[in-house]
Amino acid sequence: MAVNFGYGVLLITLLVCLYGIAASIYGLYRRNENWIESARLAMLLTWPLLTVTSLSIIYLLITGRYEVAFVASVTSDSMPTYLKITALWGGQAGSLVFWSWLMAAFASAVTLRKWDRDRDLLPWVILVCLITLAFFLCLTIFFENPFQRLWQTSTGGEITAMFRPDGAFPLVPADGRGLNPLLRHPGMVIHPPLLYLGFVSFVIPYAFAMAALATGRTDDRWIRLTRRWALWAWLFLSLGLILGGRWAYDVLGWGGYWGWDPVEIAALMPWLAGTPFLHSVMIQEKRGMLKGWNMILIILTYDLMIFGTFLTRSGVLSSVHAFAQSAIGPLFFGFIAATFLISLGLLMYRWDSLKSETRMTSMLSRESLFLLNNLLFLGILVVCFWGVIYPLISELLTNEKKTVGPPFYEQATGPLWLALLLLMGIAPLSAWGHTTLKTLGRSLWKPAAASVVVLAVLLALGMRQIGALLGIWVSAFVGFTTLYEFGRGAWARHRMHDESLPVALWRLAGRNRRRYGGYVIHLGVVLMAIGIIGIEIFQTQTQGTIPVGGSLALGEYSITYNALAEFDTNDNRNVARAELSVFKDGVFVGSLYPRRDFFYESGQPMTIPGVRSTLEDDFYVLLLDWQPISTQAATFRIYRNPLVNWVWLGGAVFMLGTLVAAWPERVVERRRYPAAPTQGTPARV
Amino acid sequence: MIPTRKTVLSLGAGALAAGLLFFSAQAQEPTPVISDDGVISDDGVISDDAVNEIARGMYCPVCENVPLDVCPTQACHQWRETIRQLLSEGKTEAEIKAYFVERYGDVVLAEPPRQGFNWLVYVVPPVVILAGAIALFRMMRKWRVEVEQTGEPGVVPAPKDDYVRRLEEELERRS
Repeated sequence: MAVNFGYGVLLITLLVCLYGIAASIYGLYRRNENWIESARLAMLLTWPLLTVTSLSIIYLLITGRYEVAFVASVTSDSMPTYLKITALWGGQAGSLVFWSWLMAAFASAVTLRKWDRDRDLLPWVILVCLITLAFFLCLTIFFENPFQRLWQTSTGGEITAMFRPDGAFPLVPADGRGLNPLLRHPGMVIHPPLLYLGFVSFVIPYAFAMAALATGRTDDRWIRLTRRWALWAWLFLSLGLILGGRWAYDVLGWGGYWGWDPVEIAALMPWLAGTPFLHSVMIQEKRGMLKGWNMILIILTYDLMIFGTFLTRSGVLSSVHAFAQSAIGPLFFGFIAATFLISLGLLMYRWDSLKSETRMTSMLSRESLFLLNNLLFLGILVVCFWGVIYPLISELLTNEKKTVGPPFYEQATGPLWLALLLLMGIAPLSAWGHTTLKTLGRSLWKPAAASVVVLAVLLALGMRQIGALLGIWVSAFVGFTTLYEFGRGAWARHRMHDESLPVALWRLAGRNRRRYGGYVIHLGVVLMAIGIIGIEIFQTQTQGTIPVGGSLALGEYSITYNALAEFDTNDNRNVARAELSVFKDGVFVGSLYPRRDFFYESGQPMTIPGVRSTLEDDFYVLLLDWQPISTQAATFRIYRNPLVNWVWLGGAVFMLGTLVAAWPERVVERRRYPAAPTQGTPARV
Repeated sequence: MIPTRKTVLSLGAGALAAGLLFFSAQAQEPTPVISDDGVISDDGVISDDAVNEIARGMYCPVCENVPLDVCPTQACHQWRETIRQLLSEGKTEAEIKAYFVERYGDVVLAEPPRQGFNWLVYVVPPVVILAGAIALFRMMRKWRVEVEQTGEPGVVPAPKDDYVRRLEEELERRS
């Protein structure tokens, strides 16, 4: 019952979507407000409908309706209820529904804003949102239907189909296979929704950009309208990436947080286009330049978002041939190509109206440094994109698979990241419009001198790795510059308004939240950079097999293997848990319990590290293997990850900064911009 | 003016040169991360660390994107034992990698070998980035020339919000 009901609602949602698309096109064609209003209401309706669909899937998941193929593949009786609910995004079919649900939520939210002043943009925004949503709904309904049931054919084969095929009998497994154990981690419960939130919320700025192009209202109105949307999208995407890293660190058992896996890169690429977008829209707002370029960036972000979903959802990564066999791949490909070309076409059509209002006068001005920032971000994007698709090209042309792994990305993007970091220290101190070496030097010399002191201290302490010296030096420079900016502003307020320094600092940030929020984000990046330098350059590791009572040393650390216990849990796991004593410089500092969980239902093991975490380093121990009877020995892999906690700490500061910048302002801001000019040519379809 | 342009150019060029340098340099192995315990213990047993050191730069064709040194599957365990065996026969890292490439293809290496068709993977990104840098630089120069020709003042005061202006005036007065 719930199966057919949910499926029915899903079909109705698609129809509503298609109706909304048709109504807004017709409304545009006839210039009829009523049809557009009807399209708006249709878009508003998609979210409640998809909520019902999602709730019926969740109902099936909770009640263990294993005759549904999706339910059987991601849940089992022994799973706790919260995991059964979050299993919605634990598999392909469900996560596409979840994606659509979030998309609909954003689309509905955007219809509820006040449209009085921007009524001409509305039909186009509806079109873009609904076409995107309809595409994902089609994927769900025709290729990855979460409501498909399992059937047994008369010949004994097992098939999945929505409705009973001829001569087949319903097949109801006694229990499901359960969620992939790797996904049963709080990080993995929150990470996909955040990433999807980031993905779908970037659709909104894109929709407004397209609306601006279509209507010819190519001033910066669309940017001002979507600035907060873009910031929130960026916040979710960044948070999703950071939490994904944390999940990998805690669960994947390889001592790191980022492996340059194509799936990770798929999520990073929209971020690499969205971040320069957030920077360069400021140039358009302040200086009226780069209007066309900002359009290109948001188009790129949107299509990379679809491309990322395509990479992870079409199976193209495991083999191009698998991609060609299923229809989902070509469909994605077609959608990306179509949206990209149409967007670029619109952009070309309006290119003349996107001329800059002012000109660049100095190569050291803030706007030229922002352009350099864009170049570097896009450079990293090019490396990532090429690295991900090269194996596919190679397989297609030479029929030989290739691996493009971490060494490629590290060597290629390392210098670009470093240059970006350096730019982050210089750009905030250069002025809009015109800056000379002299004015820039005057504001930079103090932080630069302080960072040289840091460099000297590192050298005196005996650090000789050139990469680390360079990286920490630049990080220190950026940190000092940013703090200097805060200090300078707070001091001026302190003098001007006779405020105490903390109050001055608070009000300073409050009065220009975008600027100071941005600086806080920069400070977060500095902390993360220090952490990344720490673990990437100074990580040490060793592996060894030791008997009970034996020990294994790594630098100043050593472990002693005390005991191992193996037991079954009531949620169908077999746990092997070792007990270790950790010594640092011969002094006992604590016990660790690395373990290996084996999940009976899925037949999958999961390695959970024992970690002793401090600001200085993480001591990270994995239990790889054990021989309980023969030798009573066990194999351990131990890592010392210096400064890795700075990555998470920096991540938290980063989030705080984004919140400061993105938090809604009070109403004042709305009145600052006059009503948009009404002479924008209403475009014909 | 001139030092200004030079600085930006050299900044951009420096960053790019660094990037290109990394590409064109011979395949640099990442800094070895191995314990101080040495590679081969006295009794001639090959240590796990020595095996992992080589496995780190390899991937088995089945476990996609999981480096061989950390892959928990039985098959990858076998591969590591093969590496251990080859090491005890006195084979070098290059010989061991060649052994696997011969049997399973280039896919076992963490990055494509720098030869033939594979050069594409190393050449395309720097070329694209360089092209972008040149385009950007030329565009900026064109803008500047236009400004000089049209006789617009060299300094275009950027619109500042009131508060920042006051703040900066205050700073100016103080210094």
